[in-house]
Amino acid sequence: MTVAELKNDGKACAMDTAHVSSSRDLRVVIDLIVNGERVIEEVEPNMLLLHFLRDKLKLFGAKESCGEGECGACTVLMNGYAVTSCLVLAVEANGAEILTVEGLSKGNELSILQQEFIFQDALQCGFCTPGMLMSARGLLDKNPNPTDEEIREAMAGNLCRCTGYLQIFDAVKRAAEREREEREE
Amino acid sequence: MSYLCQLENFEYSCCRDYESAYKHVGKPYIRKDAVEKVTGQATYAFDMELPGMLHAKTLHSPYARARIVSIDTSKARALYGVKACLCGKDANTKVGLYMQDKMVFASGETRYQGEVVAAVAATTEAIAERAISLIEVEYEVLEPVINVDQALEAKTLVHPDINTIQHTVGVFFPQPDTNIASLNTSRRGSLVKGFDEADLIVENEFSLPAVAHVPLETHVAIVEADPYTDKIRIWSSAQSPFALRQMMAAAFDVKESDIEVHIPYVGGAFGGKAGIHLEPLVTLLSRAAGGVPVKLRMTREQEFNYMPTRAGMRGRIKSGVTKDGKITATEIVYDWDSGAYADYGVNVGKTAVYGGLGPYDIENASIVSNTIYTNKVFSTAYRGFGHLETLWTVERQTDILSQKLGIDPYEFRMMNMLKPGSKTISEEVITESSGSPCDCLSAVVKEIGWTGRKTQEEREKEWKTGKVRGKGFAMIQKAPAMPANTATSVIMQMVGDGHVNIMMGAVDYGQGALTALAQIAAQELDIPFDMVKVIPQTNTETNPYDWNTVASKLTFMAGNAVIQASRRMVDQLKDVAARALRCSPDVLGHADGYIYKKHMPEIRIAYKDMALGYAYPDGMGIGGPIISHGVCMADGLTNLDPETGKGLPALAWTFGAHAVEIELDVETGNIDVLKVASAFDIGQVINERMVYSQVIGGVMQGIGSAILEGYKFSDNNVLLNPSFTDNKIPTMKDMPFEVVPIYIENPQLNGPYGARGIAEHTMISVPSAIGNALYEATGINFYRLPLTPENVMLGILSGEKDCR
Ligand code: FES
Ligand code: FES
Repeated sequence: MTVAELKNDGKACAMDTAHVSSSRDLRVVIDLIVNGERVIEEVEPNMLLLHFLRDKLKLFGAKESCGEGECGACTVLMNGYAVTSCLVLAVEANGAEILTVEGLSKGNELSILQQEFIFQDALQCGFCTPGMLMSARGLLDKNPNPTDEEIREAMAGNLCRCTGYLQIFDAVKRAAEREREEREE
Repeated sequence: MSYLCQLENFEYSCCRDYESAYKHVGKPYIRKDAVEKVTGQATYAFDMELPGMLHAKTLHSPYARARIVSIDTSKARALYGVKACLCGKDANTKVGLYMQDKMVFASGETRYQGEVVAAVAATTEAIAERAISLIEVEYEVLEPVINVDQALEAKTLVHPDINTIQHTVGVFFPQPDTNIASLNTSRRGSLVKGFDEADLIVENEFSLPAVAHVPLETHVAIVEADPYTDKIRIWSSAQSPFALRQMMAAAFDVKESDIEVHIPYVGGAFGGKAGIHLEPLVTLLSRAAGGVPVKLRMTREQEFNYMPTRAGMRGRIKSGVTKDGKITATEIVYDWDSGAYADYGVNVGKTAVYGGLGPYDIENASIVSNTIYTNKVFSTAYRGFGHLETLWTVERQTDILSQKLGIDPYEFRMMNMLKPGSKTISEEVITESSGSPCDCLSAVVKEIGWTGRKTQEEREKEWKTGKVRGKGFAMIQKAPAMPANTATSVIMQMVGDGHVNIMMGAVDYGQGALTALAQIAAQELDIPFDMVKVIPQTNTETNPYDWNTVASKLTFMAGNAVIQASRRMVDQLKDVAARALRCSPDVLGHADGYIYKKHMPEIRIAYKDMALGYAYPDGMGIGGPIISHGVCMADGLTNLDPETGKGLPALAWTFGAHAVEIELDVETGNIDVLKVASAFDIGQVINERMVYSQVIGGVMQGIGSAILEGYKFSDNNVLLNPSFTDNKIPTMKDMPFEVVPIYIENPQLNGPYGARGIAEHTMISVPSAIGNALYEATGINFYRLPLTPENVMLGILSGEKDCR
């Protein structure tokens, strides 16, 4: 058994050589910015961005709830756009700027958006919350003055089973207002 | 820290104009767990990793019913990285809650599509996944029992051994040589007499499909089974750690104290995480792998296919009424399509015989409830515990009765409603302290602006505009479904600086108990809310016992326990202060974090100076660490008489009512919920913000059951919609435009500050209210859920006035 085979992580195995894929040792180096810090890591070409963040970088904020782009729990910002990281390959994030929920606050100061989620009670179990926050961040970055309809549209890809959404909607709306006020000051 | 300042400066104003008479109880404090949850710090079982942990994957039966001819796991076992591979022949561990009817792995026969037939633990998920694909199973496909009608024929038995299945005797009644897992009954008065007195008899059948709980965190379990002792350590997304401990001990025949259950944050539960699910399977894998920790998490598809659901149900109801609107008799048969295993399903069935009549005083009534085995994914507890289903039957029927009588549905309900002095079907007498369903109905009817039914002409005129509106309402009634000897407990410890830590045995999976219980303690001890912490993580090794985190009973029961523990804590403090101040404890009072002499308030000692023991100026110490405990035992409940259902099952009823206004697009069948008014006789609001959130969340889940959700099966009971694409839950776009919660506060004498539970109630009659509103809008009665655009259009196009 070669060292490479011993190190392999499941796409192949020494005892089951018929299934060994030729690309098993392929690793790609990606170089990206995550929450403002440069990250250089080796990844398998088929690794998902979500798993890269969670398993490699140990950023457990982004959650997996469907793995199919249907629930939004894994939402992060990639170059400013909200993406479902379960549908993005880590290699696609090479050179990109990624923002996760862990990067939302400034130092130990919660961002306005986070504060409003708390004030409006826009969370219960909290499992959807990181994804909700990131979708909202993505919206407000692109559209600081969203209409009610635009908020609904932007957030409709994020499922929450606990809150009933109204408080989340209020939180996003109120955060938009406060961010606007802050900019004007 | 600055973020705390921001939060502290936040004004705790109630969302609506609610005012509390108390300093802390009733205040809309923000959630204790909020900061952790908006920063990504909150850790769920799903996020946990332990050193040396293996990952598990499972193989599921593609057939609803099949004989397992052979399983070949040799290729899977040979795969590099595979540490354990198990199937039915390796394990004969039986599990069950009320009925010992389930094996950890299907063996011999599979009973539903999705049942686990084999599992693998390997060094990575990817290897485990590959190993699963290498397992070869040969099945002989058998004819499944596809629905309750087939099941009742009993030509094929889902459990041929039904006559010998061990079960809780005297509470559940499996019927010999049938598919009926439990037959429960209740009756009051005489049906013959009641139907004799009636001027009109109306019979109807209502039904609804199985529905998924959809916690955003799918089920997860990590188990480390110590190879040298019987010790089994579990980290799980389960909602009831102590029930899990007990069932694990029974399943593995070890001491309860050998089982250690840790529950970190839980990402939604709704009843689906009560009981015992992945833990036994993962225990077997850990044992087979030499005792290293093994983690298994469900994919969303597995969650739909393999994890339990809310049962499908058919309710057949026959009602007798007099011309002037008195209900003289009600006869109901509930048939629960409960799937392959009994789990909590039998208890849902049992609950229907005392909770399934609606909040009405009906002198002659009978309920028969059959929990039925079929070859489908099995059912369990789901928010409402059967009441959404029974209310869909009762509250649609009540509306139809009022239509037939030509009496306003509000008047008709008020005439028959439970009032002080009236009796439930279990012959429990309703008192002033039981809460008032009448107050709730009046409140929502007023809020929604109900002025009476539309005429058919008005409907037809509106129809031409392409959009029709309708208002409807429905009652809510539910009590916790719990054994008569249900108990909970808390431990409170004072920290050196006078802060208080509370440990409970239950789990806050988002409902807000961490916050509500802290408020009760702050109120009792009279210290700032921020000085009380309820430990969010539950660990059966250190936390005190709680029966189950279900049944909307946590704030009620643990709230009472916190009151007791707080008072004991005050007594301890007074005892130390009395010695220090050389007086009797009787002359001491407590306020603002101090014990003081009532007649000389300036003579006082701060709690913090006694928290770890009081030291005299010369250094000599008295007292000791301040630690107290509190318990709450369900008081005065009894088992029900097996035939009549007589007894006292209800710790506290919570009554309420939902009223809705909907708009139907007559071209598409799409229903928009414009407004929901929800009133609950909650007794006392403990935290206005959290109650509000329960209402909004529950209403939304109710809308899901009403217009969107439901399992669809093929002719041979293969689930057709195991994904969010086809098994939709509401999104922000389905949100109603306006939800108005109304809190009625007729105090419950045995509730903490008079409070009652509210978590499930917020959901349970939303579908009935929408069904009733749909009649108002269209003049058509619908009898089956969900009211999807497709089903509504089929109904409209059929031209029928009754869409059965
Ligand atoms: S986990 Fe990515 S969208 Fe659901
Ligand atoms: S808070 Fe639980 S899923 Fe959104």
